[in-house]
Amino acid sequence: MGLTEENMSRKAIERGMDFGRDQGEPLVALMGNPNVGKSTIFNCLTKMNQHTGNWPGKTVSIASGQFTYKGKLYRITDLPGTYSLLGRSAEEEVAVDFLRYGKAECVVIVCDATCLERNLIQVLQVMELTDRIIVCVNLLDEAEKKHIEIDLSRLERELGVPVIGTSASNGTGVEKLQSTVRQMVEGFCVCRPKRVSEMEEDASLHSMCKERHLWEADAAAPLFVHRAEQLAAMVSNGAGGYTAREARIDRILTGRRTALPILFAMLLVVFWITIVGANYPSSMLQTLFDWIGGWMRKAAVAASLPWWLQGVLLDGIWATVARVVAVMLPPMAIFFPLFTLLEDLGFLPRIAYVLDHRFSKCGACGKQALSMCMGFGCNAAGVIGCRIIDSARERLIAILTNALVPCNGRFPALIMLITIFLSQHHGAPMTALLLAGFVVLSVVVTFAASWLLHKTVLRGTPTSFVLELPPFRKPKVGEVLVRSFLDRTFFVLKRAVLVAAPAGFVLWCVSNIAVGDTTLMLWLAGILEPMGRIMGMSGVVLLAFILGFPANELILPIILMILGGGTVISGEVGHDAARTILMQAGWGRETALCTILFFLFHWPCSTTCLTIYKETRSLKWTLWSIFLPTAVGVLLCVGVHLLI
Amino acid sequence: MKQYVGMDELQIGEEGVVHRIELCGTFQRRIQDLGLIHGTTVQCIHQSPCGDPIAYLIRGAIIAMRNSDAKHIIVQVGGELCGPDRREYESKSN
Repeated sequence: MGLTEENMSRKAIERGMDFGRDQGEPLVALMGNPNVGKSTIFNCLTKMNQHTGNWPGKTVSIASGQFTYKGKLYRITDLPGTYSLLGRSAEEEVAVDFLRYGKAECVVIVCDATCLERNLIQVLQVMELTDRIIVCVNLLDEAEKKHIEIDLSRLERELGVPVIGTSASNGTGVEKLQSTVRQMVEGFCVCRPKRVSEMEEDASLHSMCKERHLWEADAAAPLFVHRAEQLAAMVSNGAGGYTAREARIDRILTGRRTALPILFAMLLVVFWITIVGANYPSSMLQTLFDWIGGWMRKAAVAASLPWWLQGVLLDGIWATVARVVAVMLPPMAIFFPLFTLLEDLGFLPRIAYVLDHRFSKCGACGKQALSMCMGFGCNAAGVIGCRIIDSARERLIAILTNALVPCNGRFPALIMLITIFLSQHHGAPMTALLLAGFVVLSVVVTFAASWLLHKTVLRGTPTSFVLELPPFRKPKVGEVLVRSFLDRTFFVLKRAVLVAAPAGFVLWCVSNIAVGDTTLMLWLAGILEPMGRIMGMSGVVLLAFILGFPANELILPIILMILGGGTVISGEVGHDAARTILMQAGWGRETALCTILFFLFHWPCSTTCLTIYKETRSLKWTLWSIFLPTAVGVLLCVGVHLLI
Repeated sequence: MKQYVGMDELQIGEEGVVHRIELCGTFQRRIQDLGLIHGTTVQCIHQSPCGDPIAYLIRGAIIAMRNSDAKHIIVQVGGELCGPDRREYESKSN
């Protein structure tokens, strides 16, 4: 199998070492258990001066940023959340490798004040490895709500390292954290960590320490747990526990009868908001671009540019970019922040919890539900997210099936096709319902494909599954929405320029280069026509899917470009223009249905393929990940075509 | 009355103290890092729709575990809920 622990770890080390200093600024590493608000602290410190991932929140790869304090620049690295230091999963290895070889000037361990005891276990383990530790007890505001008090100065005395209390969600204590980091980096702060290995009098354990680090020995693990228990009892008046309110929410959200209907309703609401919200900005953008396009055309004529240059620039590049942005940006920029919000609420792990039983029946891991949800945002992010799955076999199942759920780049096309052909007389709620139906279909196919892989090429027994269900946290709605909206807008715009512009160029070329008495495009479409017919579509649509390989957002604009002859139909905007073009090309419900199905199930985009190759380091599995969804799509389309 | 059962057999709301962990390797280490060792109190708090996995309250955090794993963690229910090892350790360190 291509996905061995060995090459995962080699990659992990490379990744860990990537974030060496650029200009010799001090390096600060941020670590801690998952769900302790590490990323919030990171955002607080860096104030958006960072590389944001495609899927915010869940840190699966190392994020790096900078902050300036008192005129000095610090580089800060957000390590993946881990429970342990004994690198058995890829992300734990990243964290340990970083501690050992990254030579951070300072390690900040973030703890959850409502669950201090468990968090201290890791603090004690990290103290075995390094002196330069700052313990940051976060979520103090939440602890206060649960009537938990923590004696920070006592904890500092008992641990022998600086302890800072913060509530990152409102910024309390972050300034103090920065000044402590500064003191530690400049050597004004001497730590004498009270290590468990030094406190233990047991001779047999001492001999164990000589050979390896104490924390690595399985037999020694209970010592850390006992010490953490002892410390927590000294400094805090109890753990958060499980409030009656949380229990009530969980009973409804993950209850026997209510869990799946609520999941479906949640999808419905998210889609409905996306569909309704996207209409208006979409047509506004289209009008704006039409106006700019007309103006540029006049300018081009006035400057008497040669016909081919006009064609490449305006009919090729500009028209494609404008379509991608106008049609695809608004739904993407609305859907993505909504999903981020669900993640921040602590809802996604509960989906994994509810669906785990079904996944285990398919020989897969419940955490696949999480990577699947990330896939709704972006399949490439979903594939990277599969790292949270420990077993190599289950991880591979999750990677190969990830592209079976529609990503953010495919939703706008699905919405448009459903609106035009399937729900034209029933309005937005019906569109949302149908879209949710298609998403449920994609999830069902994911289960079926996982089961098939489990029974054929990836046989094996399901392994163990442990998942923490984080407490429900009220996300900072405004900030999350604005930030991920801006992120997404920026991301789509960047991609539109990088991917759509070259695609527009290629598109113009193939539609203008002559082969015999026809154009290259029609010639290619002619070759694909029989295949397209069998699948209930046409050669043009298949060609668009192939040309749209760089990005799924391109496919529908390309179809419209080819069928509409690249001309902008004045007076009609958004869905109306698309409807006219598609109706004129003779599309019916069957064509639309087959196209929708093929949208759901076809090869992953180039970025995702590349990511799969990077994650599996295997051409074989990358080809499998292309073959699997394509086979599903072809079979379904042919089936629909034969039945209707 | 003391009784020893698999952790998956705890009723919702019922507490138990870990008596023995019949697991080894990675998984044992993983649950140790969550603070689940001999003498730890666990409480079953919730069942997922299919009754598997089950969510437990362990040291203030909610942890979901499959029944096939949880049955290897033997807990003591009833009687005085305090692990002997823990008392011993506390008396030693005080």
